Amino acid sequence: MTDRHAVRSLGSAAGRTVAGSLLLALLLPLLVMFAATPAHAEEEPPADTPEPAACEAVIGESRCLKITYPGAEANPVPGIKYTITLPGGEQEAVETDESGVYVRELTEEGEYGVALVRDSLPEGVHLETGSPEEFTGRLLELNSTNEFTFNFSIRAEDYVAETSTFDYVAQSAASGLRLGLVLALAAVGLSLIYGTTGLSSFSHAEQVTLGGMTCYIFVNWVGLPFLAAAVLTVAFCGFTGYLQDAVMWKPLRRRGLGLIQMMIVTIGLSLALQYTFQVVVGARQVRIISAKPETIEIGPVVLTLQSYIAMGIAIVVLTAVGYALLRTRLGRATRAVSDNPALALASGIDVDRVIRLVWILACALAGLAGIMLALVFNGIKWDSGMQILLLLFAAVTLGGLGTAFGALIGSLVIGMVVELSPVFGIPGDLKYATALLMLILLLMVRPQGLLGKAGRVG
Amino acid sequence: MSNDDKLTEKPADPNGTDQVDIGALPEELTETRDLDGRKAAILTAVIVGAFAVMGAVATYMNGTLPGIFGSVMREAISPQTAAVAIAVIGLNIHFGFTGLLNIGQAGFMLLGAYGFAISVAQGLSFPVAILIGIGAAVLFALVLGMPTLKLRGDYLAIVTISAAEIVRYVGRLSQLTDYTGGSQGLPGARYNEPFIDWSFLPATGRFAIGPFDYQWTGSNGWWVRLVAWTLVFVILFVVWLLVRSPWGRLLKGIREDEDAIRSLGKNVYAVKMQALVLGGVLGAIGGMLYVLPTSVQADSMGRNLTFFIWTALLLGGAATIFGPVLGTILFFSLRILIRGVTDAYVPDSILNTQQANQFAWIVVGVVLMLLVIFRPQGILGNKRELQFNA
Repeated sequence: MTDRHAVRSLGSAAGRTVAGSLLLALLLPLLVMFAATPAHAEEEPPADTPEPAACEAVIGESRCLKITYPGAEANPVPGIKYTITLPGGEQEAVETDESGVYVRELTEEGEYGVALVRDSLPEGVHLETGSPEEFTGRLLELNSTNEFTFNFSIRAEDYVAETSTFDYVAQSAASGLRLGLVLALAAVGLSLIYGTTGLSSFSHAEQVTLGGMTCYIFVNWVGLPFLAAAVLTVAFCGFTGYLQDAVMWKPLRRRGLGLIQMMIVTIGLSLALQYTFQVVVGARQVRIISAKPETIEIGPVVLTLQSYIAMGIAIVVLTAVGYALLRTRLGRATRAVSDNPALALASGIDVDRVIRLVWILACALAGLAGIMLALVFNGIKWDSGMQILLLLFAAVTLGGLGTAFGALIGSLVIGMVVELSPVFGIPGDLKYATALLMLILLLMVRPQGLLGKAGRVG
Repeated sequence: MSNDDKLTEKPADPNGTDQVDIGALPEELTETRDLDGRKAAILTAVIVGAFAVMGAVATYMNGTLPGIFGSVMREAISPQTAAVAIAVIGLNIHFGFTGLLNIGQAGFMLLGAYGFAISVAQGLSFPVAILIGIGAAVLFALVLGMPTLKLRGDYLAIVTISAAEIVRYVGRLSQLTDYTGGSQGLPGARYNEPFIDWSFLPATGRFAIGPFDYQWTGSNGWWVRLVAWTLVFVILFVVWLLVRSPWGRLLKGIREDEDAIRSLGKNVYAVKMQALVLGGVLGAIGGMLYVLPTSVQADSMGRNLTFFIWTALLLGGAATIFGPVLGTILFFSLRILIRGVTDAYVPDSILNTQQANQFAWIVVGVVLMLLVIFRPQGILGNKRELQFNA
């Protein structure tokens, strides 16, 4: 009897500690962030949509000229030629890039003319009959950040990019590899958490968003150089992993809370974090670096410089993690805990310490993935992480639940499937759905996943 | 169920402090149960009392706070609350009684809504449209259940959430705009007329009682509220009958120990499938009701709605009869209350209206976490019955 009572009071003491530390952990960052909000909310220009091409107007000195057509975001046509007549009377021939929109900075007030070079329209693109081929406009003042826009009635719905199938496949495969590597960074952590604790963490997606958002805040609000911000972000995200495990997951494991309940705790955390991002940064997409990224062409593949760097870093980091898992004592301990926690404990492995490390590593990797997501895919938004959450789960399950290397392979497969599905004629809107469908089909044939042990899963 | 599987095993606790409740003596068990029951009764009384006070204040007083209370009350009886409550009852059959991890209940709702709305919009009659909506959910449940119900619980979870997302992506597809309305959705006017025509309430005019002031019929009036809440109570009654039948005991048996039930010669797979289909059909009915006063929007029935359904279920108490309804009403009205109070009393310089709304969601998330940690059985639930460790 006394034993049981002792156990009970221990339990409730643990409960109080959980309550106290939980509240503290949740309120502190919220308070700090709320305190920071109003000051920044006003400084931020409401530049919502990401600019296809960059032009930064300086009030009083310059304005941005933009030549576009309706639906340019959906169907960008490169290589449309325009002739611009400057106020001095000189003419200048310009051409659109991949964004389909031409943008440049103007520093002179006066009358501008823009004429479309009709021959430059590729097949499937035409000017609406009866609409003008030429516009003139007077730039009255430089004292505004609004764009000085010329809008041609070009219809580009039927435009098909003029590339050979091989180039198209190569380009898509490169994008797939890029997506796969970014996914892998987050998925390896998710898989390690699942392997060592059995928890399917839905808030892992928000850890990814947190990485992008923190980096955005460091660069744009604090004014740090990007590299320093990125390092700080990864460290901060790792710290959130430490904090979460210390104040929440470890006490909850001690109380023996069921895995389903823990999973629902992560759903609650995910909801709270998503809306915290909205309160702090807003519901719009933000970009860490607003300058137009440089593109590099290697063979048939055109990607931004940032993409290549991101892919390189991802490969290095993933190799390092893989090496650590295979070769170091701690890595072996982690795999042992994944295999059989009870046996690992019995062989003298400090299971709690391993799990703590796994949380730190997983959250740091997720943060890194978030930075890359923000850099490579045009920016980050409060739900960016949630957009890829299912892809992460698909990657982890596809490779085999709880196997870190399975998650890596699963991510690459999912990335490829997502980006290559349009090549096989599947509508672009369905590219995520294709990956999920493939997951369901695979589970029917091989429920343990690609690298999972072929044991009993029923 | 998970004993034979190493992946889901919890790391052993060095202090042995888990499993506090399992080794309890029988008389102490009944004691905790009574205590649990008493707590639940007190909580329920407090909640009902709070709603009564809010209703009275909203009816007899004017000002900011009574105004907020009024909108809280209106949210509590809104047809969409009833619709979600029905979906929650469905999830309760899945998770609460059978232990099935369905994280795609919103997918069932969306399929039901599409099946119904598209059928009416394409000119089929009202009862046929309802049957098509239900049939879509049955088919969906069969397709999802067949490969996964023989596997471990998490596989159903992954497959349901993925399949629900696939339904949403397909619904938004621009190529299907003629049928589904694409990402813009199907406006209510294209499918709710037969429903409005069935009304036996006055066709025009309004009726006001307390804070509730609606048209008699209309697309969002008393008629849809009457139908929605009647349906809720009819379904509650049916579920009550079902779970105390031998079939209901079979469900709970599967939840507690699948192998034991199998060793009694029962076809566990078939029973699980029946539960999945039944809960899915309730989800579809909820989905049809959900879109009647508004429109069919694929994105309004995505993952977040599934998460809300889960929250409502756990709030009210899984494996109880009234828990889902109580949880849903509380979930939706609490959010309106937090939003209203935050908006009215926190100055705009700290949180503006939009941020107050977002803040309410943050509170909902935190409440969900605290709730699961400190009262995992919910308001009406029985802790002993909720030792889920699927």
